[in-house]
Amino acid sequence: MSKIYRTLDVAGPEELVFGRAPRPVRCGLDLVIGAGVVFPEVNFTLPAIEVNSQNWPAIVEHYHEMADNILKRAVALAAPGIILEFELLPPMTENPEWGAELTALLHGHLLDAREKSGLRSALRVTPTDIREQGKPPLLRSGAPWAQLQRSFERCIQEGADIVSIESIGGKEVHDPALMYGDLQAMVFALGVLAPRDMRWLWREIDGLCASAGGTAVPGGDSACGFANTAMQLAHQKMLPEVLAAVVRAMSAVRSLVAFENGAVGPSKDCAYEGPVIKAITGCSISMEGKSASCAHFSPIGNIASAMCDLWSNESVQNVRLLSGSAPEAFTELLVYDCRLMNAATAKGQAIVLRDCMVESDEWLSPQAAVLSPAATCRIARAIVEAEGDYRRTVAAGQSAVSILSEGLAEGKLRLSAKERQWLERIERELSEMPESEEELLSSIVAAGSYRFDPASYGMDLG
Amino acid sequence: MPESRELYDAILNGDAKSALSLTKKALEEGCDPLELIGGSMIPAMDEVGRRFACQEYYVPDLLLAGRAMKGALQLVRPLLAAGRAEPTGKVVIGTVKGDLHDIGKNLVASLLEGGGFEILDLGVDVPPAQFIAAVQKTNAGIVALSALLTTTLPAMQTVVEAFQQAGIRDQVKIMIGGAPVTRQYAAEIGADAYCKDAVSAVGTARALVGKN
Repeated sequence: MSKIYRTLDVAGPEELVFGRAPRPVRCGLDLVIGAGVVFPEVNFTLPAIEVNSQNWPAIVEHYHEMADNILKRAVALAAPGIILEFELLPPMTENPEWGAELTALLHGHLLDAREKSGLRSALRVTPTDIREQGKPPLLRSGAPWAQLQRSFERCIQEGADIVSIESIGGKEVHDPALMYGDLQAMVFALGVLAPRDMRWLWREIDGLCASAGGTAVPGGDSACGFANTAMQLAHQKMLPEVLAAVVRAMSAVRSLVAFENGAVGPSKDCAYEGPVIKAITGCSISMEGKSASCAHFSPIGNIASAMCDLWSNESVQNVRLLSGSAPEAFTELLVYDCRLMNAATAKGQAIVLRDCMVESDEWLSPQAAVLSPAATCRIARAIVEAEGDYRRTVAAGQSAVSILSEGLAEGKLRLSAKERQWLERIERELSEMPESEEELLSSIVAAGSYRFDPASYGMDLG
Repeated sequence: MPESRELYDAILNGDAKSALSLTKKALEEGCDPLELIGGSMIPAMDEVGRRFACQEYYVPDLLLAGRAMKGALQLVRPLLAAGRAEPTGKVVIGTVKGDLHDIGKNLVASLLEGGGFEILDLGVDVPPAQFIAAVQKTNAGIVALSALLTTTLPAMQTVVEAFQQAGIRDQVKIMIGGAPVTRQYAAEIGADAYCKDAVSAVGTARALVGKN
């Protein structure tokens, strides 16, 4: 059943805090997420090994080893619960039985840990969006979609408790638009194409969960391919930080569409737009920051944890460290991060710790500035008060620009001359965007600079 | 002449429209096409590359300048006598089999193109046979491989081995790059060069074809 959010599910920033979501979700082996306790979500991957049938026994052994080590460390540290995230690699999605086999393996480890040690847990499974293969991608038909659909079905059958995806609808336009700094095309990708794909895709995913008897909850999507791409390019000084921050805010609109069409949380860890989703929907979110340094740089290491319900390491390879394997070492980091947050909650000091996390990062990066609880609520309000995904995307971007401009004017945020020029340019271009989605579509199609398959977005361009 | 400085500035500023009209005007006034290329276009792109390398330019600045240069060049190219405007080299580029990431690869392709190379971009998830077929078809001197996943690193070795098995390993230089790639790995699999980032790819490619 589709819905449109028109109000926030929290009264204001004071209600946005780690561990507590207005709408907790129950899943897996006796786990309730968002009900007051932050749990670690551990994500792990293979070292350098080709995924093929010859290497399959070694790959299976890696997953056995990783699950075993992670769960032993979690039990040793008395974690109150744990989420394992299994992100399928492309060949594991293309061959749904491979993904299903590893899902069953991980599910078995969690059952053992529950039985032997009483560890509460859930398994999140995230198939790869392999629909990206075509140029332009065909999103609603063809072999990749059939394989993806089957992958969801089989993983749910084999024990997935939460299913998620980092969907790519609109990315074929957003990638080149980002590289050319073409804001109008970015808005088109994020506010027109992506929501259309999300609406269709998440109805499908919700349907797959329902038809399997509701054993798996539809978690949420991530704008990883959009906003995290911008974040990483900004980190390498290839794109302006302010652009990455604005893209982050705008990307919340397409991620919200998942929740308007079946997703119930917890959202994906790499979805840094999660706090906006939490403010609007009340659903629980997973986040990652300083303890994901095994996977990537982050300018938002502490502030990212301020409103999380699950705390993740993003991804770590199964390699040896002095303390053991990297997955178990990062499990330990996450467990201690969560302990601190949960201890603060127990002492009634959650808001104090949250504010320390926020203040430590907030004005050191434009990308952190749009992630504070106050900024989150401003962006969330701008979204729900606008009509339609396109206008919501523009409104989210304008809200982010206002937050950054005010921080700059107040002397809190420091930007180079080059960054300031970009901020002014973004503000101007957002104010000059066409009034309607139809006008924007006509403009993009007339320019002919971007390739996409209209049928994949339910469009008939005649 | 004034147009030459204006054309230089238009390319530097990524102003494709002005670059095109200035080139057209210069050619109508009898300007030597080679002088336009050597006196304005290449110096402009060299300056763009310098500004990007020292982080004065972002990727959009770089790509818009490249687009302006390309548009202007299209007007000039037909006027050049055959053989007088050879590319710096030919590069076949792609992300290896099993890997769908393409932003880094696209960036390298754009930078190489700006550096005067002719590019054949095979896209993502490219099997070894496709790299070989592309080299045989284009006679490219360089193959550039990209990977972002630890699990697709081995596919780079597969490509190197495929060129050996096809008996044409000596005809090409293979350069590799991507987040999990290291100099040591490049040496281990017998690649000719490792690129730590997109900017270094141009210098590396020029060195590989002896035009640095």
